[in-house]
Amino acid sequence: MTTELPRDIKLASSEKQIDQSSSNWLPPGLALQKVDEKIMTLNVGPQHPGSGHMRLIIQIDGDYIVACDPDPGYVHRGEEKMAEYRNYITNIPHLERPVIHDSCNILYPYVLGVEELLGIEVPERAKYLRVIGAEINRCIYIMYWLAIYGIFLGHSTMFMWPTGDRELLIDLMEKMTGARVTHSHFVPGGVRNDLPANFEDVCLRQVNYFEKRIKEYAAVFYDNPILISRTKDTGVLSRQDAIRLGTTGSVLRASGVDFDVRKKEPYDVYDEFDFESIVMKEGDSYARSKVPWLDMMESCRIIKQALEKIPKSGSVRVKLKPNPKGKGFDTVYKRVESGRGSLGCYIVSDAKPEPYRLKLSVPSFRNLIALPYLLKGEKLGNMPAVYWSLNYWPVEADR
Amino acid sequence: MSSDSGKLAIDSKPETKPETKPETKPVVKKPEEKSVELPKFEKDISDKIVEKFGDKVEVAFVKKDRVGINVSRENVHDVAKFIRDGLNYDHVESVSGVDYPQNKEIAVVYHIGSYSDPSLASQILVLSTTAQREENPIPGHDATKLPTLRDIFYSVEFHEREIFEMFGVYFEGHPDNRRLLLPEDWADIPPLRKDFAIKGR
Repeated sequence: MTTELPRDIKLASSEKQIDQSSSNWLPPGLALQKVDEKIMTLNVGPQHPGSGHMRLIIQIDGDYIVACDPDPGYVHRGEEKMAEYRNYITNIPHLERPVIHDSCNILYPYVLGVEELLGIEVPERAKYLRVIGAEINRCIYIMYWLAIYGIFLGHSTMFMWPTGDRELLIDLMEKMTGARVTHSHFVPGGVRNDLPANFEDVCLRQVNYFEKRIKEYAAVFYDNPILISRTKDTGVLSRQDAIRLGTTGSVLRASGVDFDVRKKEPYDVYDEFDFESIVMKEGDSYARSKVPWLDMMESCRIIKQALEKIPKSGSVRVKLKPNPKGKGFDTVYKRVESGRGSLGCYIVSDAKPEPYRLKLSVPSFRNLIALPYLLKGEKLGNMPAVYWSLNYWPVEADR
Repeated sequence: MSSDSGKLAIDSKPETKPETKPETKPVVKKPEEKSVELPKFEKDISDKIVEKFGDKVEVAFVKKDRVGINVSRENVHDVAKFIRDGLNYDHVESVSGVDYPQNKEIAVVYHIGSYSDPSLASQILVLSTTAQREENPIPGHDATKLPTLRDIFYSVEFHEREIFEMFGVYFEGHPDNRRLLLPEDWADIPPLRKDFAIKGR
């Protein structure tokens, strides 16, 4: 088994080691050397809308990209450091900030981890409510991402439609939790609120309509010959490389690896639902853009099953002691499948009300490593198509 | 331990009330029995590592779907290589630093998973090693160093860059030891160390 990937990107960094502390240390970007008269270095971002909240340093030879050096960190907020100074309950509102439109899923591993540390068993009804919340949030996230993907491909209908249809689900979450985007809904021991009266009927109606609606996207977007010609066979990530680079989520599943945490390591009640993990073999931008869309249909199936199976009454939250502490020095690593992929949370507890260390292993950060490999050899015009197909959210990667 | 408890049971029999005492005793014994009842699949994984490396590795915990291995920095490269080639793990999900100023060490924890082996899909192997901690860090130029695992697991590339800037642990052999998230003009100590205090806290 060879380990070296074919990565002959002409960065100074790949040829010699760079010492950060010495005076010859250069910040990212400046480490790119001028390798040829014909090659030009281009900064895309951090203000460029096509790059999100990050900078891509790209070297082009004519119209072709020869090297890319991603430079994230422009929205680094120190979530992990902040978490060491706040107790387990007050950590909840700020931990969801990296992905506000997927806030249930980013809290999910944290909440599961804290429950394992405290040894709490969650009421059955709360588990179903969490699944409903997480799946609706997954759809909200994917619709947001789809809108951005559409507009960067110059397809403004695909910006308007998901943005509008997303409101259906945002209204549902508002009914369920009281907040439109930052719900702070999941807490150790269950969920914060029970459902309002006749939520089930409204939810079923909205989700049915939503499902019908997203199927229409095929005609305008996914079967559109312009989209297909721009994204087919661009930025191909082979199965082998997807595994070696440790990518996750839609990037991994678009490259033919069947890995969905909901299937492989079911948490809460995910083992009770009938759904499929979407896998495509092509590994190109088109497959990566299609997998999340198909994921949403599976999410709708899960929501409808959960609405049927949910216990009709019962508690939704275990009462915790004030300032819960762990039982001693303990570590826990929990992961869930978020809208972008496997999202892990590693908590080190030393029996104090605050975590000793909290690490979020976020899918965007894990997928970022694939970008230099995918962009090499592409045309500059295809950069947004490849970059946004990674299902990448810069704020989450920076934490 | 079972022989000891057997002796006790024999001692207790001649006295009185043979029925009540065996009921109370298993309650006392339970913690020992629990430690024997480790999940089998996970135990096999840790046994394979211990069999190969003996006392160079220490099994920190064996839980459902999680195996924790502690290893010194001299052996971490060899153990990681065995984990990839011998146990079919193929990618690193997360690399976390944990600062322990009281022990004068910084732990670096690799959470290793597998995509290619379906039987390992739910498993995470937690490989933990420690680097020496310096009071006044000069990142890259002090004793806080570890061998990189990038030549074994490609996926640690950005993770190790993050650990370098956040904890000042220099990974020897890493081809790209640049900063990733912090600003270019950052001149303070690595911010995730415990002695870096947040303002107002």
